[in-house]
Amino acid sequence: MPQSIPAVTDPGPDKQYAEALAAGQFRIQLCGGCHRHVFYPRNICPHCGGDALAWTTPAGTGTVYSTSVVRRKPDAGGDYNVVLVDLDEGVRMMSRVEGIAPAEVRIGMRVKARVAPAKSDTEPALVVFDLVGEG
Amino acid sequence: MASNGSHLRGGVAIVGVGQAGLGEAHGKTEMEILVEAAKAAVKDAGLSMRDIDGIATASVGATMWVMPVAEYLGIQPKFVDSTMIGGSSFVSHMLPAMMALEAGLCDAVLVCYGSNQRTSTVGRAGIGKVRAVLDPQPYENPYQPLAPITSYALAAARHMHQYGTTRTQLAEVAVAARQWARMNPEAMMRDPLSIEDVLGARMVSDPLSVRDCCLVTDGAGAYVMVRADRAKSLAKPPVYVLGNATATWHRQISSMPDVTVTAAQESGARAFAMAGLKPSDVDVLELYDAFTINTILFLEDLGFCAKGEGGAFVSGGAIAPGGRLPVNTNGGGLSCVHPGMYGMFITIEAVRQLRGECGERQVAGAEIALVHGNGGTLSSQSTALLGTAAAL
Repeated sequence: MPQSIPAVTDPGPDKQYAEALAAGQFRIQLCGGCHRHVFYPRNICPHCGGDALAWTTPAGTGTVYSTSVVRRKPDAGGDYNVVLVDLDEGVRMMSRVEGIAPAEVRIGMRVKARVAPAKSDTEPALVVFDLVGEG
Repeated sequence: MASNGSHLRGGVAIVGVGQAGLGEAHGKTEMEILVEAAKAAVKDAGLSMRDIDGIATASVGATMWVMPVAEYLGIQPKFVDSTMIGGSSFVSHMLPAMMALEAGLCDAVLVCYGSNQRTSTVGRAGIGKVRAVLDPQPYENPYQPLAPITSYALAAARHMHQYGTTRTQLAEVAVAARQWARMNPEAMMRDPLSIEDVLGARMVSDPLSVRDCCLVTDGAGAYVMVRADRAKSLAKPPVYVLGNATATWHRQISSMPDVTVTAAQESGARAFAMAGLKPSDVDVLELYDAFTINTILFLEDLGFCAKGEGGAFVSGGAIAPGGRLPVNTNGGGLSCVHPGMYGMFITIEAVRQLRGECGERQVAGAEIALVHGNGGTLSSQSTALLGTAAAL
């Protein structure tokens, strides 16, 4: 008689996050126990140890917490920006700010998230940030 | 309730140290230079390799590294520790070894490390590619931060923003390290270096230039620990471990609660508590300066100045030879040696300073040294307080 191998069919938070992102949706988690937001996606709350984590769509707005310009030769693609952004929900993530010269990004700038679609198998869909209009 | 570990204070001593293959070790494997350093450390202690019955080591690439090391040496150890937490590993290896020695589980522990990352065909880039697969950080890697430089750059940029720290103050750290290195025959970079040289150097990841970054060298180091009662009868004056503690608050820089405050605050407080000492008791400091911002952060977090005042604290040659506080007297990872993981070499320099073996760069009358190791992206912090017999 063939043995059946127990199979887990529901994907973990990593895969759920990536699948939503590939579909153009940026989601973070909210802990039902301590009501704090969580990023990156997990199956345990790092604040309270609970596991009642639910997906939520963040406002997408945030503030540049720190910034660096990675120097790269022009023929390799030129300089690029790396930032840490604090989302208004209180979580921090690494990203880059687009639409502005890498060295012009400043700590304290207000930014808004956008999902950049996957460019290839090696560069998946990514959350990047644009400056919030001065208006 | 947890104790502060003060019952371990001074129970174990470092009795031998050795280095090998510093700079470029052409044609030699990591194991070969590690063993050269190990032999030197055992000889320095007046022991034989047959006396070693405990081994602590770690490797950037090999996850089961203590086994090939034991096999190569022909030792069947009663105590092994292969804990790998980055560059601080060889500072953090002290505490488990102290506990094993105090418990009588073994009699002599060899802590050792070797890397030929400068001359190896598998260089830093190759290791980085493998690590991206075996140790993925999927929420950072896609943005291509330089590992680990950009993480430290993000900490430096925030420190500058929050506290007004300047690139000139960062440069002070590199210049002080070079001035110490110029008095160390074993240091790799011994040419004069000015503030202007650092400020004008090629930028790597703003605000850090190549001269804000540690060297990439080969090198191996080893030290031997025994119980204090046995240490007294060995070849060299014992250097007692007065306190050691390790702390970690994050792995990746995006998960660090405040990039201007490291877990050195916690490891330092615990190590000082174990030792019954305070910063003003310390005669010489060996801090893990993978980048210039590290020295500033650690001086603050270990209590040598207030948070945010590290830039001002190091200004005017204050940590250079002749300054108010001797820091990184071998020339540091910035100018002496940095083979991937540097915690071994700060430990060895502290031992040599406390033995009075440092020649031109010797800190007169040094009785208490602080060693502070860092690993990952400011992720693991391990502080040790070492002292001479006078400090007991």
